[in-house]
Amino acid sequence: MMNVKTGAERIIAAFSAGKQAFIPFITAGYPTPNITVELALALQEAGAALLELGVPYSDPLADGPTIQRASAQALSYGVTIRRALELAADMRARGLRIPVVLFTYINPVLQYGEERVFKEMEAAGVDGLLIPDLPPEEAENIERLAEEFNRPLIFMVAPTSEQRVAMIATRAKGFLYCVSSLGVTGVRSALDPGLTRFLARVRQYASVPVAVGFGISTAEQASLVASYSDGFIVGSALLEKIKEAEPLLLNPETKEEGFCIIKRFVKQLQSRV
Amino acid sequence: MSKVETKKGYFGEFGGSFVPEPLQAALDHLEQEFERYKDEPDFNAELEHYLKEYVGRPNPLYYAQRLTEKLGGAKIYLKREDLNHTGAHKINNVMGQVLLAKRMGAKRVIAETGAGQHGVATATACAMFGMECVIYMGEEDTRRQALNVFRMELLGAKVVAVKDGARTLKEAVDAALKDYAENYESTFYLLGSAVGPHPYPTIVRHFQSVIGREARAQHLEKEGKLPDYIIACVGGGSNAIGLFAPFFDDKEVRIVGVEPGGKGLAPGQHAAPLVAGEPGIIHGFKCYMIKDENGEPAATHSIAAGLDYPGVGPEHSYYKAIGRAKYVTIDDAEALEAFHALSRTEGIIPAIESSHAVAYAMKLAPTLSPNQTIIVNLSGRGDKDVQQVFNMMHNKGQ
Repeated sequence: MMNVKTGAERIIAAFSAGKQAFIPFITAGYPTPNITVELALALQEAGAALLELGVPYSDPLADGPTIQRASAQALSYGVTIRRALELAADMRARGLRIPVVLFTYINPVLQYGEERVFKEMEAAGVDGLLIPDLPPEEAENIERLAEEFNRPLIFMVAPTSEQRVAMIATRAKGFLYCVSSLGVTGVRSALDPGLTRFLARVRQYASVPVAVGFGISTAEQASLVASYSDGFIVGSALLEKIKEAEPLLLNPETKEEGFCIIKRFVKQLQSRV
Repeated sequence: MSKVETKKGYFGEFGGSFVPEPLQAALDHLEQEFERYKDEPDFNAELEHYLKEYVGRPNPLYYAQRLTEKLGGAKIYLKREDLNHTGAHKINNVMGQVLLAKRMGAKRVIAETGAGQHGVATATACAMFGMECVIYMGEEDTRRQALNVFRMELLGAKVVAVKDGARTLKEAVDAALKDYAENYESTFYLLGSAVGPHPYPTIVRHFQSVIGREARAQHLEKEGKLPDYIIACVGGGSNAIGLFAPFFDDKEVRIVGVEPGGKGLAPGQHAAPLVAGEPGIIHGFKCYMIKDENGEPAATHSIAAGLDYPGVGPEHSYYKAIGRAKYVTIDDAEALEAFHALSRTEGIIPAIESSHAVAYAMKLAPTLSPNQTIIVNLSGRGDKDVQQVFNMMHNKGQ
């Protein structure tokens, strides 16, 4: 069934389970390439609706210190777009069914070749592409390829977008990624108070599901945005938890215990939505 | 939009704005405000006032007679940006942007700095206008340039040592952009070179063009014609684009940008993206850049910290692509030789960055005839480099 649908349809379907979709972000190659594959499966088991798979990059403008650290570690294993897509293919081979969105900066995409990225996404079973530093104004060529390969380009919208909200939201395919608070990814203790107003405006224009990310680290925060969005993305807080479990994950004898800690954390994150 | 901007924010295929969405709105706002003020008479009168009374403009176009006679060829003129307050061209852009920040109601100014020159210039202007100033600098650079850190602090700025990655300029730019994305409502990001996402390359070129406008008029007055060559060193490329842009339409004037050849053109040994790089995206804009095998920004080297950057301004990338300017390299040793030569023949100690331009002029002049002229942008003074050169001469390493 999965193969007869387009990437956009698969992504949209991931949001229709009747509750807020939980979308984990992990960095490909962190803490090691092999463990990334198992992590994806553990996250699926713990209720993830969609997986955001980050390609590590040395010049990551949109990421906070947690993701930067994870990227540096993944880069030390030589993880690039090619390797990240191989890991995605491994995940599929080992039973990952949820949609996967590849998160990468624009420079590596151009270096690798835009069309080649889509071809290999198709081969690896990756459903969509998110490029945080590619504003819609610069995205025409990649949007055309996304259409051709039936793998949507996911756009981001921020509270600062103001007049840009309508332009971005009406162009969105798959889902629309709402940056919950100003600034870069990281763990924040409180969400932006103007967020609900912003989300209401976004939903007015978007015809695809709306997910909130950047700064969600607790079940309380997830429930705060639940009535105004269709899903929530957790990146930095999850990577912090993985870091905490890293010694256990790296030891074959305690690996399962490490995955249990992570699964418990993500189940807890979903407990109030 | 200037004549070389082929579409908004683009110079041919170069430039653009590749930044995360939270930053894009801030840049849109900056662009609107810049367009609103840049031709406003009050704004320009105030800028002119400070450039004259505080910076000390116009600075001379000096005929370097002894150097010319020694080389035996074209007449060499030096555009004396080294005589500006704070000792380099950086202050031209800083004054323009600080006045823009004031108009925009910003209370806090942030900037990145590599060797510390742009940081010092920014801290200077902020002190003079009583604005809060935060300078991001790679931790490695704060160690190498401890005296400049002290200068900035002396001027009342807060210097933040950036501890990410290689802890140099690239990371300092990232840290400043992140601060800007979070605080843009109250903060002005004062970018120091003709790089970064739109509208920065356009803003910096606009404020640095005073160099070329003055030099063009001064040369016409002294020689009754335009120069045959204009030469400047290129790191990010702000002093160079400031000299070049007003000559863009003067097709008979040959434009030469001098990149740092370091220890040679092998990977990691130079910082010459226009000569030895390929198009890519760095710090939110498309330009020629030095890349590793995966296309990521690669390590660079230059004796001149102010030229040690893997990317280059989009407008230079365009000048190269259309053949309007020629870009060449001068290596560390040649730059050092020119540093000594100018000091001895003219009594002017040039910045090690500017020495790259001087070195190329010294190669070129003897091949030209005495009725031809060259303008070299002497972008900064070399006092800051004396210690480094002393250490190198006494084999103490850098």
